[in-house]
This record gives sequence, C-alpha cells and structure tokens, in this order.
Amino acid sequence: MKLRQLALATTVAAAGLASALVSTVATAQTKEQFFPVLVYRTGAYAPNGVPFANGYVDYLKLVNARGGINGVKVSYEECETGYATDRGVECYERLKGKNGGATVFQPLSTGITFALTEKAPIDKIPLITAGYGRSESADGGVFKWNFPLAGTYWVAGDVIMQDIAKKLGGADKLKGKHIALVYHDSPFGKEAIPILQEHAAMSGFKLSLLPVTHPGVEQKSTWLQIRQSRPDYVVNWGWGVMNSTLLKEAQATGYPREKIYGVWWAGAEPDVKDVGMGAKGYNAITMQHGTEKGSAIVKEVLEKLHAKGQGTGPKDEVGEVLYMRGLFSAMFAIEGVRQAQEKYGKGKVVTASQARWGYENLNLTQPKLDALGFKGVLRPVSTSCADHMGANWARIHTWNGSKWEFSSDWYQADEQIIKPMVKTAADKYAAEKKITRRTPADCQS
Amino acid sequence: MFYRENGQFKTTYRKDQQIFAIAQDRWVILALIAFAFVGVPFLVDEYMYRAILIPFLILSLAALGVNILVGYCGQISLGSGAFMAVGAYMAYNTYIRIDGMPLILALLSGGFFATLVGIFFGVPSLRVKGLYLAVATLAAQFFCDWAFLRVGWFTNNNASGSVSVSNLNVMGIGINTPLEKYLFCLVFLVVFGLLAKNLVRSAIGREWMAIRDMDVAAAVIGIRPVYAKLSAFAVSSFIVGVAGGLWGFVHLGSWEPAAFSIDRSFQLLFMVIIGGMGSIMGSFFGAAFIVILPIFLNQFLPALGAVFGVEISTATVSHAEYMIFGALIVWFLIVEPHGLAKLWSVAKQKLRLWPFPH
Repeated sequence: MKLRQLALATTVAAAGLASALVSTVATAQTKEQFFPVLVYRTGAYAPNGVPFANGYVDYLKLVNARGGINGVKVSYEECETGYATDRGVECYERLKGKNGGATVFQPLSTGITFALTEKAPIDKIPLITAGYGRSESADGGVFKWNFPLAGTYWVAGDVIMQDIAKKLGGADKLKGKHIALVYHDSPFGKEAIPILQEHAAMSGFKLSLLPVTHPGVEQKSTWLQIRQSRPDYVVNWGWGVMNSTLLKEAQATGYPREKIYGVWWAGAEPDVKDVGMGAKGYNAITMQHGTEKGSAIVKEVLEKLHAKGQGTGPKDEVGEVLYMRGLFSAMFAIEGVRQAQEKYGKGKVVTASQARWGYENLNLTQPKLDALGFKGVLRPVSTSCADHMGANWARIHTWNGSKWEFSSDWYQADEQIIKPMVKTAADKYAAEKKITRRTPADCQS
Repeated sequence: MFYRENGQFKTTYRKDQQIFAIAQDRWVILALIAFAFVGVPFLVDEYMYRAILIPFLILSLAALGVNILVGYCGQISLGSGAFMAVGAYMAYNTYIRIDGMPLILALLSGGFFATLVGIFFGVPSLRVKGLYLAVATLAAQFFCDWAFLRVGWFTNNNASGSVSVSNLNVMGIGINTPLEKYLFCLVFLVVFGLLAKNLVRSAIGREWMAIRDMDVAAAVIGIRPVYAKLSAFAVSSFIVGVAGGLWGFVHLGSWEPAAFSIDRSFQLLFMVIIGGMGSIMGSFFGAAFIVILPIFLNQFLPALGAVFGVEISTATVSHAEYMIFGALIVWFLIVEPHGLAKLWSVAKQKLRLWPFPH
C-alpha cells in the first residue's frame, strides 16, 4: 500500500506543480527583438536538423556580437518540434507571445508550414520558408504572410530538369527518356510532383513516381522497380536518413550515382558522409550556396564565436551545407527587420507586422550581401508585394567522395513555367479559402 | 468529513439510478463543468487554450471512444488513428463538396463514415480475439494511411496531399478565436461524455461488459456476440471519428495523413490503459497524462535547470522528456495496473473515512 500512497502523493504534487508553472506567464522583456527558433535536434531527422539549428543560432549570436540590428539586441529561444506537426504547432503557440512577441517563424518542415499558414494571418506573424514550404506561397497577392525566400521546390525541380537537359545536350533530347522521382511520402515530397509533371508534359519524357514512406529506411521495393525499369535519371526528393539509404541502395543496385539528382535537403554532408566514395558523382541542387568554408561569414563566425567558446555545435561543421542554410535563413530574418527599421524607426524594436513589411520590401543588393560576408555565396534577393520569393538562382553541386564541389554554373528557374503554376495554385487556394487578392493599396501598407 | 453519503436516502428508482448517486459527487461534477464553461475563459491565456486545453478536450473525446471498444467491450484495437483520419477526411469532403454544409453536420457525417469503416474492420472481431484482433485492426491503420495518401479524391486533388479548412462557423457564430474553439470542443465533449456514460449503464453497455468478461458465457445467456461486438465498434468509431474531425478542423486547421499515423493509435490505446480501462473518468485522466505531461516536462526541465544555474540544451530536454515520460508510464503501470481512474476511486474511498480512518 505504501507504493500506492506514494503514487497518490506524486499525482497530487504533479498537479500542483503544473498549475504553478502555468501561472508563471512569460516575463516581459522589451527592447530586444525576439526570434523563436523551431528546431529538431532529436528524432529521425536530427542529423540534418542539428547543423541547421546550429547555423541559425550562431547567426543570431553573431548579430549580437556585431552590435545588434542598428543597436537593437536580438534574443531567441529554441523549441524542439521533432519534425512533428502537432509539436510544431505547440511550439508556435508557446513562443509567439513570448518576450514581447515573436518577430518571424521559420517552421523548417513542410507539414508545420501548412499548419502555420492558416494561423499566421490571424496572429499577424510572418513565416519565412527559405527554399522550402509551399511553392505557391511565392504569390504575395494571396499569401500575405508567407515568404519562401530565394527559391521554392518548384524552382529546385525546374533547375534540376534544366541541368539534366543540358547534360543530354538540349531540352529536345529529353523526349522519350524516363525519369523516376523517388520522394519522401509527405507534403514535402509531393511538392516536387507538379513541376516535374509539367516538364514531362512539355518535353515528352516519362515520369514515374516512387513514394518512400517515413522515415525512409525501407526502400527495397522502390529499388526493385528502378532495377526493372532502368530510368535514365533518378530525382531524389528525400530528407534525413532516407538520403543515405537511397545512395546505399543505388550502390547495391549498381545504378550510376552520376544520374541521381537530389533536392537541396538531400545534398548536404550528413546525407553522403556515411556512404563516402559510394556516393561519388551524386548530384544535388543548392539554392545558391553549397559548402562555404572559405567564405567571409564563416571566418567571422569562427573568429567571433567559436574562438571564444561561444559557438553552437562542433567547430568543424561550421560552413557545411545545412549549417550555411541555417545562417542564411537567419540572415533573412534579421535583414527583414533591418529593412523594417528603415521605415518604422531605426534602433527600435519592430512588431511582427512591421517586420512583414520588411520581408516584403527586402532589397539585398550584391554590395550589401558582400558586406554581410556572403560574397560569392549569395546573389541579390529583392522581394515585392507580388513576388515573395525574391530570387530564383540555383546551382548544382556534386559529391566527389570527400566533399561537395560545384559542378554547374548559376541557373535561373524558368519563370515562364513557374509563374503560371504559382498563380493557378494560389488562385485555387484563394478560392478554397475565400480570400480576395490584395489590392495595390494594401501593398503600400 | 465532507464526503459522506450518510443521510442521503433514495426514495425513487430514478434517484437510485442517477449517474452520480452521491450528492457531493454530483455537485462537484456540475461545478467542474460550470467552471469549464464559465470560469476557465477568465483564467487562461491563448497558449493554454491552443496548446493544452483544446488538444486535451479532443483527445479525451477520442480516448472515450476507444475506451468503449477496448475498456468496455474488451476488443483491443490499433485502428483508432485510422478512424480519426476517416472522420477528419470525410468531414472535410462533405464540408467542401456540399455547398453551405453546416459545420456540425459535416463533423457528424465524418463520424458516420468512421462508423461504417469501423464496422467493416470490426468484422474480424467475430472470429479473432485479443492480440490477434489488435493485429487485424492494424490493417485499418495501414489501409487508411494508404488511401488518404494515394487517392486524390480524398484530399480534393491537392498537390501536396495536405488539406486545410478555415473560417469555421456555426449558425453565423465564428469558431476562430481560441475561446470559441475551446467552447465548441467542450460542448462536444460534454454531450458525448453524457451519451457514453448513459450507454455504458444501459442494457447494451452491460452486453459489452459481458462480452468482455467472458464471451462464451455471454453467448450462453443470450447475448448476441455479433450485435454486441459490432455495436461497440460502431459507437466507438463514431466518437473517435468526430474527435478526428475536431482534431483536423479545430485544432490543426490543416493536416496530412501523418497527423493520424500509427503513433496516434498507440497514443490513444495508452491513454485508455493508463487512464483506466472501462472507466469514463479514466479517459480524461489518460488524455491529460499523455497530452499534458510531455509538454509540461518540456517546459519544466529548462526552468528547473535555470533554478540551479544549469543551461540544458534543447536536445537534452527532449531526450529527458522521453525518458521520464517512459519511466512514469512503467511506474504507474506497476503501482496501479488499473489505471489512474483506480487511484481516483481509492482517493475517494479514503476521503470517506478522512480524517478518522480507524
């Protein structure tokens, strides 16, 4: 009976503690610009989530080391989502009102992006999904609060097709070819389907769709199909452990890695490191940057943070692809605020809806980017009311067995294909949600 | 001292048969419901609503449904996530495909389709029992996962396979602010809670329990196993389906099949086991334990670390959360295999004697 009494007592105590915790509401801290950081440092996608989170946090620390945004210090708090939509929503609710209100959210998962897209307009908090999220949200006329900065999955899909066409010696050579899309069976993976179908219809190649279920370690049947049908190219829309599994399966099947293209989530060090030489020749798209260990920004991070023991994560991962992705995403979050300060008062904390104006009017010219340390890493990004993407440049890089190397020049996505697709999808969304397109007057505000 | 039934005489059959025979119970529960409707809105903030109260209410409803099947009728099911998914997706389809469809009707139609699917996947229960049945109901889970991922019709041919609803309203009253959502879910929960409680006290509820306790004996005394088992599947999946609709419509707003994965089925089953099988109250305890504890741990551990001046990293918190949560489940199951509901009734018994136990 003693144990039972103990159980009773702990239940009561836990209830008491819970209510005590609930009553401690967030303490108001003004004068700091607050950035919530949704991360996944655990779970099936942690190997890729951790470097991103480290990069993101390091950039925020660097901004403080540089003296803040025109003097405004930055504060942040991490929240673990584990890539699960419901936990992501919980994190959003937890952080949105903290420390004077969240400036911007970066959901870092397509599922969470979809859920937050419904919530952000009500709470008036912008969402940045740099290179991911829903592709049609590039249409700022419908998606007022979404910013898929510097590229979407449709841009990625288009550029991959351009590179394949170039290797074949022209878009007309694609006719009659066979391309297999191996995708993560989630909203993320399915984003690739419309753009590739569009290309298949245009160029007349055969597209087969091969889904892989979460988390992606079971691909035997997929590769059996590939072995049977021998597609000319395989496009890998994978994430996390799915990528390394795919490369190992390709090796086992004897499928040439040179003919595999990965999306940018599938083109980082954790994806290929374990496979090593087995992944040699594997191509992946990069939304502008790749591994940038020699860039000015990486040197600055190493010098100002890691040398002083204030860095996040291991030092040798600084500058790797996903780390850079984190840096780059945080940079947009900060630069939007800086832009908003131009309008709403320099050296002041801006609200989330003021920051939204900043993201809509980003004008990151090459000199500005160079000054921030992104010389040779990024190309200019400038957004507008109609265009929330701001840039559609991309490159292809290839794993040489020990590191990623750029293997193509800069590509620009074909606006003639993507623009109508974005508009149709955005209009469909607007019709479903009964949203009217924003008027020019709304764009001014 | 206060919790005594001395002097409460029942003079009519009606009084003898009411849900809470003891006056104190009745008042406390009524006060609790009144507090949930009137008091809570003055006390809690938006985070509490969205992250804790609304998920708690909806998952309590789902656990209630699962409890009818698992706890009362003894049919172990791992298909609850699938029935939730059917409820959510079919409610979505009736909602967008039929112009001017009222929200409540759409949710109930989701429940109706979940009932059909539930009965269909309940048929094996006539031949297989126990763990074998659990494995058979897994088929429902995999089938629904597959259907909602692959069949475009269910998701209105959305490229990403994710569906969303917004601007909900009931007879012109919007269901958009957290308070409105909370009250909407609360009304559902109270109505279904009352229905379920009355069902399990009625003839059919006793049939379910007879089947659970020994199906051969039940058949011998004239209970039709087909009817009893399938009606339990039907009622259970209806409630679970409505809960699924609420989860999609009210809580998430936008969802994909992953929201109703096998994890959800396990989660619901654990709620029932930890809360207490065959107890309506237990469903609420189980839901509270599973929904609130991880979030509580996630926020409490960094706070605890801060008290001692230690900064705990996000990853460590997350790992610790799983470890403590798992350990607590094991511990509770060892200490009280009949679930939290049993602890509750033990507490009530003690309270009757308090403060003079001897």
